[in-house]
Amino acid sequence: MQTSTQTRLALCQIDDLPVGLGRSFEVGETPIAVFRTRAGKVFATDAFCPHKGGPLADGMLAGDQVVCPYHAFRFDSQTGECDQANVCAIATYPIDVAADGGVFITV
Amino acid sequence: MIQLNTIHESPVTRRKLVIIGNGMAGARMAEDILAADPNHDFDIVMFGDEPYGNYNRILLSHVLNGSQEPQEIFLNPLAWYEENQITLHAGKRVTKIDRENKIVYADDVAEEYDVLIFATGSRPFVPPIQGTTLHGVFVFRTIDDCRNIAEYAKDCKSAIVIGGGLLGLEAAKGLMTHNVSVTVVEMGPWLMAVQLDEAGGKVLQQTIEKLGITALTSASTKELLGHTTVTGVKFADGREVAADMVVISAGIRPNKELAAEHGIVCDRAILVDDQLRTSDTSIYGVGECVQHRGMVYGLVAPIWEQTKALAQLLTGKNPQARYVGSKLATKLKVMGVELASMGRISDVKPTDEVVTFAEPGRQVYWKAIVRDGKVSACCMLGDLEPADQLVDYFMNDTPAPSRRLELFFGSGTKAQGADFSLADMPDDKQICDCNGVSKKTICDAIRAGKCTVPAVGKATRAGTGCGSCKTLVKGLIEAVNGEVKAEPSESWYVTAVPMDKPTLVAEVKIRELKSVSAVLRELGTADDEKSKNGLASMLKSIWGTEYIDERDARYINDRVHANIQKDGTFSVIPRIYGGITSADDLIKIGQVAKKYDVRMVKFTGGQRIDLLGIKKDDLPKVWADLGMPSGYAYTKALRTVKTCVGTEFCRYGTNDSTALGIALEKKFQGFEFPAKVKLGVSGCPRNCSESTVKDIGIVASDGGDWDILVGGAAGASVRKTDLLCRVKTQEEAIRVVGRFMIYYRDNAKWIERTYDFVPRIGIEKIRDIIVNNSLGIVEDLDREVEKTIAAYVDPWLERNNPVYAGQFEDVKTVPLPMVTV
Ligand code: SRM
Ligand SMILES: Cc1cc2nc3c(=O)[nH]c(=O)nc-3n(C[C@H](O)[C@H](O)[C@H](O)COP(=O)(O)OP(=O)(O)OC[C@H]3O[C@@H](n4cnc5c(N)ncnc54)[C@H](O)[C@@H]3O)c2cc1C
Ligand code: SF4
Ligand code: FES
Repeated sequence: MQTSTQTRLALCQIDDLPVGLGRSFEVGETPIAVFRTRAGKVFATDAFCPHKGGPLADGMLAGDQVVCPYHAFRFDSQTGECDQANVCAIATYPIDVAADGGVFITV
Repeated sequence: MIQLNTIHESPVTRRKLVIIGNGMAGARMAEDILAADPNHDFDIVMFGDEPYGNYNRILLSHVLNGSQEPQEIFLNPLAWYEENQITLHAGKRVTKIDRENKIVYADDVAEEYDVLIFATGSRPFVPPIQGTTLHGVFVFRTIDDCRNIAEYAKDCKSAIVIGGGLLGLEAAKGLMTHNVSVTVVEMGPWLMAVQLDEAGGKVLQQTIEKLGITALTSASTKELLGHTTVTGVKFADGREVAADMVVISAGIRPNKELAAEHGIVCDRAILVDDQLRTSDTSIYGVGECVQHRGMVYGLVAPIWEQTKALAQLLTGKNPQARYVGSKLATKLKVMGVELASMGRISDVKPTDEVVTFAEPGRQVYWKAIVRDGKVSACCMLGDLEPADQLVDYFMNDTPAPSRRLELFFGSGTKAQGADFSLADMPDDKQICDCNGVSKKTICDAIRAGKCTVPAVGKATRAGTGCGSCKTLVKGLIEAVNGEVKAEPSESWYVTAVPMDKPTLVAEVKIRELKSVSAVLRELGTADDEKSKNGLASMLKSIWGTEYIDERDARYINDRVHANIQKDGTFSVIPRIYGGITSADDLIKIGQVAKKYDVRMVKFTGGQRIDLLGIKKDDLPKVWADLGMPSGYAYTKALRTVKTCVGTEFCRYGTNDSTALGIALEKKFQGFEFPAKVKLGVSGCPRNCSESTVKDIGIVASDGGDWDILVGGAAGASVRKTDLLCRVKTQEEAIRVVGRFMIYYRDNAKWIERTYDFVPRIGIEKIRDIIVNNSLGIVEDLDREVEKTIAAYVDPWLERNNPVYAGQFEDVKTVPLPMVTV
């Protein structure tokens, strides 16, 4: 049987994340896209779009949704759900920002 | 575990109605019950195999040809079901019915019923031949089919559509818009055998062949070729035709199996009586899955009559309601070809009179069959002028005029003759055949304040089918309301801000909104990426150097100044003024290509060189090594100025096209617009740089003057330019071009290219403003040109100072901490 442990890792400083945009990370072997909205929310999702592998960190934000740069499918920042039928949701990862601006992700 | 859903809080007297199928018939059934009796005593539960709310299947052709987005064809969003207290099990297929205990089962859901309605529709018929399961073989029935076809077509050059009926032709037309060459294969001797006779089928064939589609008739497909992916088809006569994809549209089969398996009597489809009841008195059927008085219908009009009658019956509003069959009169548009069809045209008896009129030059063909003095069938193609009149004869069994030619060329004796007016039309006259909407329903909506065609469509659905009745709807609005209001959102510059461009520009200036986020905060009603892009472009042209450039308002290509590719790498196209390069520059490009292992070095259609497959991290280095400015191949800006060799070398050249091309490109480089702008300069009327299909084309006339042409294109839309004016010198040409550019920049809608802008404004008006200075603004335009030139900075210089964190970085790697086991 396999057990999985969750690890909280220091990712970067908040200033490493451009306002209103995303940035892609490789945490261990997991590709993750991290976004910082204009309203100040930070969230993390899978790095690639389940449709045709679009790099989501290169996408744009529309409110609380990530818009894939390839064919403009949209994914909810909270649930990872896609606005298109029959496209599976993307994973989202818990992320928190410490008082000193350190950004931590739990994988 | 199966969970039994019973609605407990409902009073005992309530009845439970379960509908299997959430397509056109199922959803309409629920709507008609709500409409027949808003206080009905049903708890309604619906099962839909497809994982969505309900959408308008007849608009799928529009989705396939890209003229409508999938979202636009949804009829009832999930919220509608909630609002009306309808339980929808979307994505659940009913697989079992317990008729004794009245329970239906689907996956993990079970629902009891008092009344059960089958609305399972039909499915495409796939002939039992080899190869239908190969990759690249599709059917055309659902929204997912559309999406899959469109997606697959991207990588295809040729397609075969099996089946030359209505749907096959719609599929063919849709495929054309994806730039594949299409062959339609029909087993019968002519196209659309159901609606047309041989002569009509031949006329249709000529018409579609003119559109570039090949039609093969009397061709019976024997096998689809290919190992894992389809590569072509083989016919019974041994012929083979290659193709990258195949769409099968060979007819439909009613979904009757579920009913048949549970003992409900079926023939070709589920048998129903005039009360739409099956052999089980608690179970009813509507739509394409039923057979009524021997007929199985394949169009929506009969469905509207069925659901309406059944709703009257079930709610008890009219216990006498009966469905007695439908007379089918349809007006369709197939590949832009107008077509009307009534009755069965193939059904001709020796005693029938056949009246035909043909005008081969215009591909017009009309035929009516007169039986016992009445019109029993009719088909019309190419021009539907007398169609309404014939529909009337046909539907109402009106005796045909004794001079039969008056069927087509009305004598003015009938209401629909020469002085026919909308006002005379009876209230119950059906205007929208696709959605079964009467004149009265539309007029009521108009009186309730719906004074635009889309608003009427939203309220009544009229015009939201094939769209052929939109002119009638517009006419009714005019008749009732006096005028048609323009749909406001059509004039908005971007969807997130409900204002047209002039209002928006004024507001932005008054409030001094210099960033996209400021505009959205103060004036916006939504937040979407396309609007952000559009606003960014507009604000930049308004504020120039004062513009607050927020990079999150830009699409990736505009953030890293390169085009993203399907594998996440980028392409780099340096500026090559006028398409003229030098040996040194070529060597430099070659060296860069080698150093960065460029996967493809390509001459573009715009006379320059594309380096494809560059990693994001390498972009700044590649630009530095090239030492050339950005060619702006990615953004809504001046793209290329294509030139021909002109007087310098060409024996025909009268003007120096290369010099003018280079001068134009140097002057206007970096100009951003609502859409891309491409130029061409030709040294003589032979026009080797294709200037007549550019946004701005300049062609030397025989006398050595320059013709300035605008509004052309040769991409997804092809349009020949309009002549703006003729000038004598290079300087004048540059000045006029600059004025036109700024006028276009400041007045076009977002993404509106000159090929739409010029006809919208009108070339005469543009000429008046730009050439005759009718508004007195040409000096302002000139100043704006200089201001824009001053604001230009080569974006590739950001290589030295990225403007935001990670701009040119692919991935940041964070190692996992070592864990001791
Ligand atoms: C590279 C090039 C093809 C080539 O290898 O020749 C090209 C490549 C693309 N074209 Fe093009 N077009 C290229 C010349 C053309 C031409 C020919 C020309 O410019 O003389 C046309 C027809 C002329 C016209 O525009 O009227 C053309 C009409 C289009 C269109 C249709 C635009 C329309 O409104 O009709 C699109 C789609 C769009 O803009 O939405 C498009 C879109 C694209 C995009 C940007 C699609 C995309 O979003 O990824 C392609 C980028 C590929 C890439 O990643 O590099 N491309 N494209 C050509 C670049 C020319 C250059 O040097 O800048
Ligand atoms: C591309 C296209 C263009 C068309 N154009 C026109 C046109 O211009 N004019 C016109 O009049 N007609 C047109 N038609 C035909 C028209 O769409 C059909 O007549 C109509 O959709 C039939 O409605 P229906 O509800 O009977 O079947 P459908 O709309 O097919 O709905 C049946 C639904 O039931 C579901 N279902 C089936 N079995 C089960 C089950 N066991 N459990 C749960 N759900 C189930 C199916 O998934 C489907 O969603 C067109 C059809 C297509 C495909
Ligand atoms: S380069 Fe142009 S024509 Fe070719 S695939 Fe891309 S968009 Fe289509
Ligand atoms: S790859 Fe993301 S939308 Fe297509």
